[in-house]
Amino acid sequence: MMPRLVSWLDERLDLTGLTRVALAKTVPSHVHKGWYYLGGVTLFLLFVQLATGILLLLYYRPSAAEAFESVQFILTQVEFGWLIRNVHAWSANLLIAAAFAHLFSVWLLKAYRKPRELTWVSGALLLFLMLAFGFSGYLLPWNTLALFATRVGTGMAGSVPLVGDFLMRFLRGGDEVTGATLSRFYALHVAILPAMTTLLLVVHLFFVQRQGMSVPFDVEQSLPPGGRVPQTPFFPNYVLRDLMAWYVAMALLAALAAFFPWELGLKADPLAPVPAGIRPEWYFVAVFHTLKLLPGRVLGLEGETLGVLPLARRHCSCRSSTARRQRDGLVGCSQCSDSGRWGISYRSR
Amino acid sequence: MPETPTSPARADAAEQTPRRTFLDSILGFGFMSSAMAMLYPVTRYLVPPPGGEPATLSVVAARLANVPPNTGFVFNFGNRPALLVRTPEGELRAFNATCTHLDCTVQYRPETSQVWCACHDGLFDLGGGVVSGPPPRALERLTVQVRGESGQEEVVVSRD
Ligand code: FES
Repeated sequence: MMPRLVSWLDERLDLTGLTRVALAKTVPSHVHKGWYYLGGVTLFLLFVQLATGILLLLYYRPSAAEAFESVQFILTQVEFGWLIRNVHAWSANLLIAAAFAHLFSVWLLKAYRKPRELTWVSGALLLFLMLAFGFSGYLLPWNTLALFATRVGTGMAGSVPLVGDFLMRFLRGGDEVTGATLSRFYALHVAILPAMTTLLLVVHLFFVQRQGMSVPFDVEQSLPPGGRVPQTPFFPNYVLRDLMAWYVAMALLAALAAFFPWELGLKADPLAPVPAGIRPEWYFVAVFHTLKLLPGRVLGLEGETLGVLPLARRHCSCRSSTARRQRDGLVGCSQCSDSGRWGISYRSR
Repeated sequence: MPETPTSPARADAAEQTPRRTFLDSILGFGFMSSAMAMLYPVTRYLVPPPGGEPATLSVVAARLANVPPNTGFVFNFGNRPALLVRTPEGELRAFNATCTHLDCTVQYRPETSQVWCACHDGLFDLGGGVVSGPPPRALERLTVQVRGESGQEEVVVSRD
């Protein structure tokens, strides 16, 4: 049955051609190859988010009157609802952690250098999308903490120069965080962001397939002249190892979801005082604290804008010193660290 | 080392095949069990629990000022009709407005201060109990609370 189906499809779609490509694909094998798994783990967690997110949609109701109750219903009445919801909440955090680890590994191994600039850019954009997922998803259970976190978060958008007011109203769907905000964030979370992510992800993966994995400098330099980095076949060797990395992620996820349930808290009450100890999710802490250190207004410019400037300058100076960086190997870009230091000393002043 | 038909290397190669099938089947078993472990909770999750919808819900039915004594009206309670009644004595009561007989929507009759179902002439008292007619059970009572500053009070109806 199976072989006949396969040959039927093969005749029409030339599957053998595809398998030939897959079988010919190899992955470089060297001391740093462990970092290659991070991208795969991030992708796995994204799949988990997709699957559990769709399941949650079956019972979730996106309205201020019912959102909290429906999540409570999922947690207490639906069989294994607690599991699906906790996995979704934990996986969101692990996904962002894995994406950051992936980003830093690519950064430190300088895998972004020519010809992979576009892969790097698409990856960075994907990370922003993941953060937007985190921000919009946080409001959906409609609990007090989420309400205030969203109020603060969207309020920050209000301090952007010129377009701030418009942006804040646009995000909130009005002047305040209300049921209208919930509808907006829901649309963002389940339709707009997934569509954008799918598109960018296809592009990102296409680049990776097209260009193959980047080999770090020190590995390339330690090769004898004319030598080649040893390769591992992609299928089945690398795929199986990748799967094992997925299993590790799944085990961690299952343990966290089972033993550390994500709290639902109290239903959002716009009249209640802000609960003590309110703070952003860990992946927004860095942004929040950086912004807190900056003075509110410098020479008529918002502090936030100034905070972003060093990053922009770092980017420019890095590009100009590509050649030297390539010679230095590890953390070659001295101008980068200069401007980085400039940014920090500016902040502490 | 020159290879002869009896060399250990050859014997190993012959053993490789069963060992490989064995390892392959362990791997396959592992994948199958993982798939089952994931599918089981998911299928159970897909089955709607009894009741089939969030049990608790709270809705602002009206401003208190808009509900004079000896009136009643139907409002939207989570996509289902509910009936808010203010008794001639001024007390607030709320019921699930779906008749326990054949699911018609009931209404308040100020003339008799009773809840009436027009479909088959079912009558309920202001506690929701059946007075006469075919309904087999009393109407479900909902919880009524009055919230807010005086003059601006809202009537909040919830089920718990
Ligand atoms: S449906 Fe109400 S009396 Fe029959």
